[in-house]
Amino acid sequence: MLLKDLQILRRSKLLVGLLIVYPVAIALLIGFALSSGPEKPRLAFLNQIPATQTKINFGGEQIDVQVYTDNLFDAVDRIDVENREQALEKVRKGEVLAALIIPSDFVMKLSTGGFDSASVEVVYNGDALKQSFVESTVQSKLAIADAALARQINKVASGYIKVITVGGEINALGQNFKLLGLVESKKLLDDTLQDAPPEIVRKLQPLAQFADIGVANIGRFNDVLNTVEKPVEVTETVLSGRRTPLDTFAVALAVTVSLMFVCVLLASGLLALEREENTFSRLARGLVPGGRLLAGKVLLAAGCAFVVTLVMLLGISAFVPLGYDRLALWVAAIAASGVAFATLGVAIGSLAREVRAASLLALMLALPLAFLALVPSGGVSPVLYDVIQVISALFPFKPALDAINTAINDADTNLAITFVHLAALTLAFGGAAYWGLRRFAAN
Amino acid sequence: MAAVSAAPALTAQNITKSFGERQAVRDVSFDIAPGELLGLIGPNGAGKTTLLSIVAGIQKADEGSVAQPDPDAARIGWVPQQTAVYLKLTVAQNLRLFARLENVADPDATVVRMLEQTGLEERADDELGRLSGGNRQRVNIAVGLLADPPVLLLDEPSGALDPRQRDRLWGFINALTERGTAVIFATHDIAEAERHANRVLVLADGELLFDGTAQELKTVAGADAEHDLEQAFVGFLRERGH
Repeated sequence: MLLKDLQILRRSKLLVGLLIVYPVAIALLIGFALSSGPEKPRLAFLNQIPATQTKINFGGEQIDVQVYTDNLFDAVDRIDVENREQALEKVRKGEVLAALIIPSDFVMKLSTGGFDSASVEVVYNGDALKQSFVESTVQSKLAIADAALARQINKVASGYIKVITVGGEINALGQNFKLLGLVESKKLLDDTLQDAPPEIVRKLQPLAQFADIGVANIGRFNDVLNTVEKPVEVTETVLSGRRTPLDTFAVALAVTVSLMFVCVLLASGLLALEREENTFSRLARGLVPGGRLLAGKVLLAAGCAFVVTLVMLLGISAFVPLGYDRLALWVAAIAASGVAFATLGVAIGSLAREVRAASLLALMLALPLAFLALVPSGGVSPVLYDVIQVISALFPFKPALDAINTAINDADTNLAITFVHLAALTLAFGGAAYWGLRRFAAN
Repeated sequence: MAAVSAAPALTAQNITKSFGERQAVRDVSFDIAPGELLGLIGPNGAGKTTLLSIVAGIQKADEGSVAQPDPDAARIGWVPQQTAVYLKLTVAQNLRLFARLENVADPDATVVRMLEQTGLEERADDELGRLSGGNRQRVNIAVGLLADPPVLLLDEPSGALDPRQRDRLWGFINALTERGTAVIFATHDIAEAERHANRVLVLADGELLFDGTAQELKTVAGADAEHDLEQAFVGFLRERGH
């Protein structure tokens, strides 16, 4: 039996090839879409700190900010730019996932303005997925860099506390001062109180208690200092002025994926059914013109998917706040996307002789399209990204996702252009489906 | 057998069809009179289905023409080899759907008439998928007859039927020819063609080799007491290089 199965497989070269190539392709796409982004995101970097001001003098200790920024950039693919405009342009064009800008007052604010007000700026283009990738990387690396900086600050502060506790010298405003320290102060106070009159003892007793408590709890000051871990804040800027939160982007993505699967599977299955049940040969005799047959399948599949996804969206809106004032745009985007997906479905259906084959083909095509459309710029090499963009533009998933995301989240996409894109794809796949039907009828 | 009138119900002239380099039908001409039962016989791949589908209007011929004397006559009835009906619809729903698509004047009355003719009144509300192969084929033929066409084309109509179902089918077809319907059926069952057809066309590799009665074919093929028509037919094809 095993030998027989192997012999059959050996003669089914296309099937075996597909079985090998398809999972590899899917794995690569998943990798590009979900993994490669956050691992080494491409970031434009603009360091506006003057070259002469990269070190902070803090309590006699020198802190080098260069070390801090280098630490931040070991996790990203760094593209140095000359000025802010150049950084924003690279973000806008999708050459980088985001731009990281260290402002010129960074060192000054760290050293004199208080740690809370020192900040770095991260500029996004409003794409929720890209923003999520960069945020996770920048935040984690910033936390490490912050911790290193905080350790340095703690070390200096702990030195001060030690001097206050046991005594010693400190430098303030360029001058050295000698401090007695709490421990020595307590000893002196205790010695004085032993021979002092009761009235003086009563008056100085609270001071002696303060010194006791101070010496006994001196270790806790260091614990408190250790909680100071975030001296630098991140300021986020979105180029479009609008930002799609990841949760509402996920809603748009879920709706688009559902719409695609219902439309493509249903439309391809409905058309393939005509061939599977041999009824196409009757219809092709002029009972139903090819264009009318295709339009019927497209409208039915898009109609069913429209109801399903609109109900789904309304259901989700109970848990995720969505703007009902944009309901008309939701309807338009889902309808236009549904028609485009369904037309792709009939194009697939026109190639298959039976429903199962059509469904399999639809599924095999739809999955990679979804993954491709989610690969972020900067997540792969620029050439590969351009190829992915072209492929994504040839199928309805990307424009549908853009349209639905814009309709739901007011994202930064020109809805009119997206609708034109979807209409063009509808016409193209409609033509392909019509050609497929004619080809089948002629054979 | 039904009486055959002289005026043709359909004329096919110089039909030629190629698929790439392969010529499926080569310059075939024939006609059929009202009430005539014409058997189209030949080995597998002879071009029978292609010829019928060209006559039915499903495929276009590269060359040649198909003509009916009355251009206003109803379209040619077409019954493909495999049942071409929706298995998830009932018998009545299938008949009503195709009656509407055929623009029949009174679809409901036509459905009742076809259920009567096929003897499927009691199965009218059954899904096609639950019927036997024979009953499905009866519905398949009924759909081809909905528009009451003067010419009916049947592609291998009895291939999937048992002897009893086959007998009922031929009874049904003979009743049609008695009412004046011209019927062309394709088969590779020589005995069936000999038994039922008024006239047979022999097709091999797209070429029309013979047009006449079964008796004439026997004579030409040299069938005798030792060789039946099927054996003689095979010899006939071999002699002509097929």
